[in-house]
Formats: sequence, C-alpha cells, structure tokens
Amino acid sequence: MARYLVKRLLSLIASLLAASLVIFAVIEVIPGDPASYMLGMNAAPDTVAALRDALGLNVPLPMRYLGWLGGMLTGDFGISYTYKVPVADLVADRLLISLPLAGLALLLSTVVAMPIGLLAAARRGRPADYMVMGGTQLGIAVPNFWFAMLLVLAFALHWRVFPAGGFPGWGDPLMALRALTLPAVALALPQAAILARVLRSALIETLGQDYIRTARAKGLSGAQALTRHALRNAMIPVLTILGMQFSFLLAGAIIIENVFYIPGLGRLIFQAITQRDLIVVESVVMILVFAVILVTFLTDIAYAAVDPRLRVRG
Amino acid sequence: MKPGLAIGGVLAGVALIAALVSLVWTPYDVTVLTIAEKLQTPSPAHWLGTDHFGRDIAAMLMVGARTSLAVALVAVGIGMGLGVPLGLLAAARPGWADELTMRGNDLIFAFPSLVIAILITAVFGPSAINAIIAIGIFNIPVFARVTRGGAMSLWTLDYIRAAQVAGKGRARISAEHILPNIANLLIVQGTIQFSLGILAEAGLSYVGLGAQPPLPSWGRMLADAQTMVTLAPHVAIFPGLAIVATVLGLNLLGDGLRDALDPRLRRAR
Repeated sequence: MARYLVKRLLSLIASLLAASLVIFAVIEVIPGDPASYMLGMNAAPDTVAALRDALGLNVPLPMRYLGWLGGMLTGDFGISYTYKVPVADLVADRLLISLPLAGLALLLSTVVAMPIGLLAAARRGRPADYMVMGGTQLGIAVPNFWFAMLLVLAFALHWRVFPAGGFPGWGDPLMALRALTLPAVALALPQAAILARVLRSALIETLGQDYIRTARAKGLSGAQALTRHALRNAMIPVLTILGMQFSFLLAGAIIIENVFYIPGLGRLIFQAITQRDLIVVESVVMILVFAVILVTFLTDIAYAAVDPRLRVRG
Repeated sequence: MKPGLAIGGVLAGVALIAALVSLVWTPYDVTVLTIAEKLQTPSPAHWLGTDHFGRDIAAMLMVGARTSLAVALVAVGIGMGLGVPLGLLAAARPGWADELTMRGNDLIFAFPSLVIAILITAVFGPSAINAIIAIGIFNIPVFARVTRGGAMSLWTLDYIRAAQVAGKGRARISAEHILPNIANLLIVQGTIQFSLGILAEAGLSYVGLGAQPPLPSWGRMLADAQTMVTLAPHVAIFPGLAIVATVLGLNLLGDGLRDALDPRLRRAR
C-alpha cells in the first residue's frame, strides 16, 4: 500500500505542476501585456508601467512562473487588482460558502440516490423500476440553474419557506443553512439522478454473481443479500462517479450561486472576469483545478482501500 | 423498436426542425422590439407569450435552438476530430504514445468545461465561439478514452493479427479495420456529448460566458428571464422546457441507439 501511495502521490504532484503550467501559460503569455489588458485601452503609459512593476512583469517568464508557484505554496496568491486585498483572503472567504454548498449538495444527492437506486435494482423490470428510470432520465435533462429558478418561484416567492437569494453569513448557522437549502437542492437533483442510475446498474451486475446465489442459498432474503453483499460490492463504480461528479458539482455551484446571488467563488470569478482582475481569475481557476485533481487522487486511494486488488495495478 | 428510441427521435427531431425552419421562417421577427407588447402571457397571437422587449418567445426559441444545436454539434465535431485519432494512436502504440496521450487526457479532465470557458473568456472576452471551444476541448478526452477502450479490445482479435501478418501498418489497420468497428460506440457517445453540450451551452450563456446579445440562445433567454421571473414566470418556463425536451430526447436516442446497435449490451443490462 505504501508503494502505491507514493506512486499516486508523485503523479498527483506531476498533474498539479502540468495544470499550473497550462493556466500560467494561458493567462500570462497569450494575451500580450497583462498590465495594459487589465487597465483597458485608455490607460496612461506610466500607469501601465507602474502596474507592470507591481505585477512583477519585468521579471523573466520562468522566474515569474516559479514565483507564482512558490507564492501559492506559501499561501501568497498575490494582491487583487480591483479589491486591493490579498487574493488568498478573498478566496478563503468565498470558499467558506462554496465548499459547504457543494458538500451539502453531495450529501443530499447521495442520501436521495441510495434508496432510489436500491429500490430500482430490487424491483428491476417492474413498474417501480420503470418509474425510477423514467424519473432519473428526466432529472438528468433538467439544467440545474433552471430548476433553481423554479424552486425560487415555488418555495421562495409563492410559499415563502426559504429566502429567494443572498447569504446572511455563518454568524447564524441556521439562517445560513436555510439560505443554502434551495441552491443545494437544485445542485443535487441531476447528480442524484445520475448516481441512482449508476448504483442501480452496478447492483444489478453484482446481483448476477455467484456469491449472491450462495447468500440466497444459505437462507438470506433477497433484501438481505442486496444490502449485505451486493451493495458493498457495487460501491466501486459509485465511488468513481462520486469522485467525477465533484468537478461537475463545483462547476454547478459556480453557476447556481448566480441564481441566488450568493457571494461564493462563482460570483468572485465572474466579477473578476468583467473587471479584468487576472490575478484573481488565475488563482481561482488554479484552486478549482487543484480541487478536481485532489478529489481524483482521493478517489483512487479510496478504491485501493476498498479493493486491495487495485493496489497492484496502480 | 423500443419506445425510448422513438420518443427520443421525435423530441430531438422537433428541436432540429425548429432550428432549420427558423433559417427561413419564424412567426415574428426576433430582431424587432415591440416594447408595447412586452411580457404578454400566451395568447392566440403569441402562442408562448412575449419577453421583456415584446419579442415572440416561440420565435426566440426557434432561433435559440439554432445557437444551442450548432454550438453543441461543432463541439462534438472538435471532440471527435481530435479525440478519435488520439485514442486510435494510443491503442495502436502501447507504451510511450499511449502513456503520453492518456496523461494528457487526465490533464484536460481536470479542467471542467466551465473552467476552460472562464480561462478563454478572461483572455479573449465572451462569445459563442469561446463556448464552442470550451465544450469542444472538454469533449476531446471523452472521445479519446472511448476510442482507446474500444480499439484496445479489437487489437487482440484474430482478424487484426491477420491484417498485420498481411503487411498492413498500424495506421492503416486503425483506419481500415478499427475505426469502422468502433463507429457504433462513437455514434452513441456522440449523442451523449451532444446532449451534454446543449446543457453546457445553456449554462455558459446563462452566466454570460457564451452567446452574446443580440444572438438568442436558450441559456441567454433564461438569464434575461431571471430578473422578471416574479412578473412573468412564463418567460423563464418555456426556454427551460425546450432545453429539457431536447436533452431528454437526445439521451433517450443515445440509450436506444446503444441497445439497437449493440445486441451484446442488451443482454448485460
């Protein structure tokens, strides 16, 4: 297991380095002079020169890349050009909203998908299964931001159970959770639909295995065999999807925040784009990509923990 | 034929026909603003009502279908055009070529299409073209993986060995024997990526990274509708239904095609 861990860890570092090179290249090399780009067309030459200096643009490219990389390792992401505060502080504030939102949605989708997938697998080929398959097919097709708008119409404007938008801060955790409920539900719907389908097909596949027949032969009921033996063995594909879904969830959170005017990473990055705050864009993109790579890494480790056979393959 | 395939075909067909018809005819001109008729609810004159500029929503949906389908289609083209050759190469040359392509794939996989769109937009500004590029890049590793997986299993088969013995090179075998035999896989994956592309385009246009005014798109219609959803819910509801119907149709079509084209899968499910 230790050998496997080291190998995966090395490939994690390689992926992160490659990703940081791509982001650095796109943001800093392609658009010409970042300073004049950030200041717009009518900037005075000496203002541009001053910003070039502040951004460290007079340093050779490789040194700038290393500086950026080193800065990130020590938690120094630079100073936001529009907000005039350290990017690290800005991002940390927003992450405290976006991460709980994504986590809440992940939790919700898992809680919803598990019983539905189990039910469909247990009743495969019968009406309950067809209803689940039809319903999940529909769930996958619904854009989460549109579903969010419908939720606002119903639960915020018509019944007034949840706020239509905004975020009160974590000072009052209950109010904060209330504000995150509708966004999390909107995010969770398509994920739950996909997850339920994956769980169903994984369960149906394991149900055809010999050890399930053995379990049934020794006297377990269908439901017992399903929950005790099939479910555990169906977890590998489910874990894969959970890991992959994280990147969709994160991207989804960025869009959903716009529907509810929640000041998370999504709002930050769209404001940064319109204000040409490249330092913020660069850092937030790197953090998003870092999160995706990290989750892939953790999923790989989780498999190896669940299934020792996978440690050898590496 | 399964009912899913028929329903899917009809739903996707309606969107396609609406997009094509909009090239020659729409019930109203979507470039003409009639503020006096703004935010009308559905009526015989305007079947789906009008938006905040008094434009006919049915006509907007038809023109929007053109944007959504075109963006998704070209993005699938980019994904296939680059991903399939890469996948074929990886399968034909196990070793460094395979390793390099697959690591490159993993790298692109770490960039969700929204993140690619954010990067491109930050550099070049927002446009429908950027949405196409972002979704297209996202599609490349998907097709590369499907192609590689399908091709690798074929390379072990006898008739490929026979072709090798007959003196055909790896490139020629890939083109003449591997590609036709994984066409089914690619068609099915293409349908799925097409539907994902429509969802992605809607999302990107909704947050302002895709189609820009005055080009109508389903995602942009929803973005416009957001501020007046209390006044006129129908402005938000119809574009959403259009997206759901099209994506659902394409997904059903993809599932149906998979079952129809590959009898082996029918048994496994």
